[in-house]
Amino acid sequence: MIVSIDLILLFFVVVIAIAAITLRDLLSAVILLGAYSFLMALIWVELQSVDVGFTEAAVGAGATTAFLVATISRTVRWEKK
Amino acid sequence: MEWFIAKIFAKYNYWISIILMMIGFYGIVAKDNLIKKIIGLNIFQTAIFLYFISLGAVKAGTAPIVDAEIIRKGYVYANPLPHVLILTAIVVSVATTAVALSLVIRMHQEYGTIEESEIIEKSRDKGMTWT
Repeated sequence: MIVSIDLILLFFVVVIAIAAITLRDLLSAVILLGAYSFLMALIWVELQSVDVGFTEAAVGAGATTAFLVATISRTVRWEKK
Repeated sequence: MEWFIAKIFAKYNYWISIILMMIGFYGIVAKDNLIKKIIGLNIFQTAIFLYFISLGAVKAGTAPIVDAEIIRKGYVYANPLPHVLILTAIVVSVATTAVALSLVIRMHQEYGTIEESEIIEKSRDKGMTWT
């Protein structure tokens, strides 16, 4: 557990979470959520839990992003107001 | 006072976890769009996972893969119990997200929109009285 790497990753995670909530383009928000999941996987490898890390990279960053993109392609892309 | 500030910054993982939790909560409560609500739900869940994984981490430890060599040299390793809990919770979170997204697609077929206020308005027009 290296404190400087941990702090940098946590800072990026908070910034990306705020961006994913505030963006009005839903496709950009979903791609940012994938980046968020991948950074979370990096944090978990860095916090000594490699099994959770690779499960999150496969399931969180992969499958969830695919589901959300599929839903947006079947509904609408832009958030109103 | 310095002692107090040092105490607060020593547990920074927990503070970041609470900040992420409140960002996700804002997304669930304040956003009108249903997909934005699901994104907020995902962020909330990940914040809770971060809290649990931080509980199991050990300073200068290794991954919990136990080997005779590691024990003989006296290395410490992270507590694997929170890892197992969170491994299950990640799979559950993907399942809940998939169910929520299928419900969003169904609502879009029925009402032609994914904004919550418009859905409530249209269901009132259809004579549904629970809203």
